[in-house]
Amino acid sequence: MVTQKEKRIGEVIATATATFTTQCYQLYELPPLGSLVKTRNEKLELFAVVANATTTGLEPGRKAIARGKDEESEEAIYKSNPQLEKLLKSEFETLVIGHRIDGKINHFLPPVPARIHSFVYVCPVEEVKEFSQSPGFINILLNTNPTLPQNELIITCLHQMSFAHEDSHQFLVTAGKHLARLLGDYNQLKSILERIEH
Amino acid sequence: MQQDNRLGIVVSGSLSKGVEVRLDNSTSVEDMVVGRYVTIEGQKQRFFGMISDVSLGVTDPNLSLKPPDTNDSFLTEVLVGSGTYGQLQVMPYLTIGGNVASIIEGPQPVKTIPSHFATVNLAQQSDIELVFGKEDKERFWIGNPLDMETKLCLSLPEFVKRSNGVFGKSGTGKTFLTRMLLIGMLQKGACVNLVFDMHSEYGWAGTSEKGRTVKALKQLFPAKVAVFTLDEDNSRRRGVSTDFVVRMGYDEIEPEDISLLRQTLNLTDQAVEAVYQVKRRFGKDWLRCTTELEDSEETREVLNQLNIHDSTFQNLQRGLNTIRRLPFIQERSPNKVVQQVLEYLVRGTNVVLEFGRYTDITAYILVANLLTRRIYSHYRERVEQAMADGTAYPTPLVITIEEAHKFLNPEVAKQTIFGTIAREMRKYNTTLLVIDQRPSGIDDEVMSQLGTKITCLLDNERDRDSVLAGIPGKGELKSVLAKLATKQQALIFGHAVPMPVAFQPREYGSAESYKHFTDFEDSDEQSEKDIEELWD
Repeated sequence: MVTQKEKRIGEVIATATATFTTQCYQLYELPPLGSLVKTRNEKLELFAVVANATTTGLEPGRKAIARGKDEESEEAIYKSNPQLEKLLKSEFETLVIGHRIDGKINHFLPPVPARIHSFVYVCPVEEVKEFSQSPGFINILLNTNPTLPQNELIITCLHQMSFAHEDSHQFLVTAGKHLARLLGDYNQLKSILERIEH
Repeated sequence: MQQDNRLGIVVSGSLSKGVEVRLDNSTSVEDMVVGRYVTIEGQKQRFFGMISDVSLGVTDPNLSLKPPDTNDSFLTEVLVGSGTYGQLQVMPYLTIGGNVASIIEGPQPVKTIPSHFATVNLAQQSDIELVFGKEDKERFWIGNPLDMETKLCLSLPEFVKRSNGVFGKSGTGKTFLTRMLLIGMLQKGACVNLVFDMHSEYGWAGTSEKGRTVKALKQLFPAKVAVFTLDEDNSRRRGVSTDFVVRMGYDEIEPEDISLLRQTLNLTDQAVEAVYQVKRRFGKDWLRCTTELEDSEETREVLNQLNIHDSTFQNLQRGLNTIRRLPFIQERSPNKVVQQVLEYLVRGTNVVLEFGRYTDITAYILVANLLTRRIYSHYRERVEQAMADGTAYPTPLVITIEEAHKFLNPEVAKQTIFGTIAREMRKYNTTLLVIDQRPSGIDDEVMSQLGTKITCLLDNERDRDSVLAGIPGKGELKSVLAKLATKQQALIFGHAVPMPVAFQPREYGSAESYKHFTDFEDSDEQSEKDIEELWD
């Protein structure tokens, strides 16, 4: 099942129908904001877009303290304090924007949510391209309630996905037209589109 | 094929105002032209219609209030077709049902409109042929629908059943159009024509706007056309081979002819009344007698008896003298022109009457009215005779008059023979082809009786209203009419065409065009001969 190109980056540690949170195996090894990741639940493949990322201490009450006063570089801090790698964790929240069942990609919520400890992969370019072939996923993205401002998320998501397409301009135009039809609010549309291409 | 011509889909509309069509993203609004012909694929039937308006729409009013920066090509590219769109107003005119019976019946006038989201396509050659028919023995190719290569054909037997009109302001191609229609009638033998050719353009040769000489009827159909002239010298100078020189006697002029000339001769109402009285008094020779009455005691007595005021009489005398001065009016006419014209017409020869130098409106009205009245009454007798005997009716007669508003204006339309012909129309197989640049000057009743109207560009609002009066979808057609090019474009609607259509008249004036005009006839006759030979 697992192809060579899929890169496993972490595990699901909190889950709901429309969202799940992943803890990365490596500190700071976070996928870019707006990029497409996936996880599996038996025959089901769930696709989600990275909507927020955090790095905190393992224990909720324990705050990080400044350690680099005598160090020459930031890397040196981590070298001198190897325990940091174990005391800190990188996590990211994702919004589920579609799934694949029996080989067919659907741009709506999956019948069941992801499971805790499911492996999470960064989607290879081909899969991103396949998923974003039709712009239906934008509907679901507009209906979610992310932590970050929704417009920003849409911009980064479309920007990330455009890299997977040879004709990224055409992809953005198609997605933009779809967005225009859904939004109906010219001002919001303008604020998104004005930044997306540049 | 169908996909390539797809324009968009129907989104709203009504039977009275036409349907609104939203253009597909791939269709540029700039390619759409008012007057073009489209088909709409409804669920149960196909509709034929014409584009009557083109407009731009936005989904959000903010888009027009705060338009995007035109430097941002991406934003504009996205907005085209999503936030902004092109829209067409299409007037459906005909339908054809899906079942066999309705296909045989042919296109019918619309009584409903297509349902939502019906696909709209540009009309194809086959669609036009379905509606207007192919060029054949009866149908004459008059031109091409705007921006199309398809031939637009007119059924001439149907055309000549009613009186018709050709309108358009000066220099828009009325004469060329009329000449072509006359050629069509000759080619198809649909009728026999009598043309009152005020500017001598139809008989032998005419000129184009560029000063080029073009052949007219007699040169193309020498055997079928006779040229009569009022001005022999002028015709000879122009190298026209005329068949007959028209001269008229005083005794041929009747009081009705004078009443029609009231305006042009500047006669008072009393003077017109007086004509009838002097006719009663002097009989056939009234015109000569009236003009020769001198200012004497005797004359005053006569006038007293007739109860004609002195100033009225002077007014009348002045007017009648204008007529007497016309060179083709003689005391005694050596030949009976009416009889001559009739002989030609009965033989099936078309008659073009050239006025030469006498382009004065008095001469034109006098001659046209005088001849037409007598020819009409003769035709009427023949038709009544044919009715009584149960024999074949005479060939339909089409009388072509220019400056029609002089004969058919509301003041005189009821008195002139032309008003009568226009109203009574086909009953006596005589119809008019009126050519005019001021249709608003023509009596409404006459206008409403015209079967088919062909109109080139008209600038004046009143003229446009008058031409389109009573036509369904008038508002839409008006915008089509207003957008016609100043030359070589016309709009045809009415009895002989199933739906209005804007068209470009076929080319006239090149050797090739003449060949086509005459060849068609030859090939027709040839094939008839071939068939006859087969039976021998």
